[in-house]
Amino acid sequence: MTPDEKKKIAQQFISALPFAKSLGMQVEDIGDGSAILSMPWAEHLVGDPRRGVIHGGAVSALMDTCGGTAVMSHSDMPAGTATIDLRIDYMRPATAGEPIHARAECYHMTRSVAFVRALAWNLDESRPIATANGAFTAERPSKKGDTV
Amino acid sequence: MSARKRPEPVQIVKERRDRALQALIGSIPYINFMGLHFERRGDELTAIMPYDDKLIGNPMLPALHGGATASFLEITAIIGLSWQLLWEEIESGRVDASRLTVETLPHLPKPIDITVDYLRTGLPRDAYARARVNRSGRRYASVHVEAWQDNHARPFAHATGHFLMSDVRAEATKNDS
Repeated sequence: MTPDEKKKIAQQFISALPFAKSLGMQVEDIGDGSAILSMPWAEHLVGDPRRGVIHGGAVSALMDTCGGTAVMSHSDMPAGTATIDLRIDYMRPATAGEPIHARAECYHMTRSVAFVRALAWNLDESRPIATANGAFTAERPSKKGDTV
Repeated sequence: MSARKRPEPVQIVKERRDRALQALIGSIPYINFMGLHFERRGDELTAIMPYDDKLIGNPMLPALHGGATASFLEITAIIGLSWQLLWEEIESGRVDASRLTVETLPHLPKPIDITVDYLRTGLPRDAYARARVNRSGRRYASVHVEAWQDNHARPFAHATGHFLMSDVRAEATKNDS
């Protein structure tokens, strides 16, 4: 599979998730167990109207989706994934009017668990808005002969 | 010894509290986007996230998106904490509920971190959540929040978040000047 094909499949995966779609999430890049997603700034995502800062909950949603996408892109090819837990640390408020980017990496995968870390930023990746750490389930495709 | 002050009529008290709560919630666009509302009994709040197709993550199951659940928990935590602070200001009369607007509302506490634990699949139906402020100091607060659907005894997610407090009293005084 070419990188472009993989990115296209990832974008289809994201677009099939209604909540990710309603937040306008886009796939920027996809690797082997890693993903970069973006979410445009929008008035309805604002949590602090005085400064136009995107709500932390929307940042969490982006990082959660990015984490799940990273798991799905892993070479072990899990059939599905769900978040077990996710911790988000908020470093600084997001800049009003700027899109948020998130990079997630599935740095370890066992038979049933994927360990993920993620980073979110506006313009400069070295000045993160938030970091995240979490565990996701790694659902295995049913083997031949398995009854469903 | 002066005679005991007559209590205010109940509807006046209720209206003042509801107006303060509405000012707090109505000021945040993301709460409106998520379609959340809050029920109040005295100072106790219950957040309600009515089911909406856009909140779905996996359409095959279908299940609520983890990000929608995280947003719901984080909003409930921050509103629960803000409401506890605002309540004291309103009840003491330091803040006039009738004058609360986006500009005059005390600054909301800022999230430091939040850990969300996904206990069960979020079903495609209404969800409820309540926050408990476990510690609220001058600078930092720790808030636990639990979300459930059909059965309160079987929460589908819970979270603990830490928040940096903005000085509500300083803000209130500043707004008066």
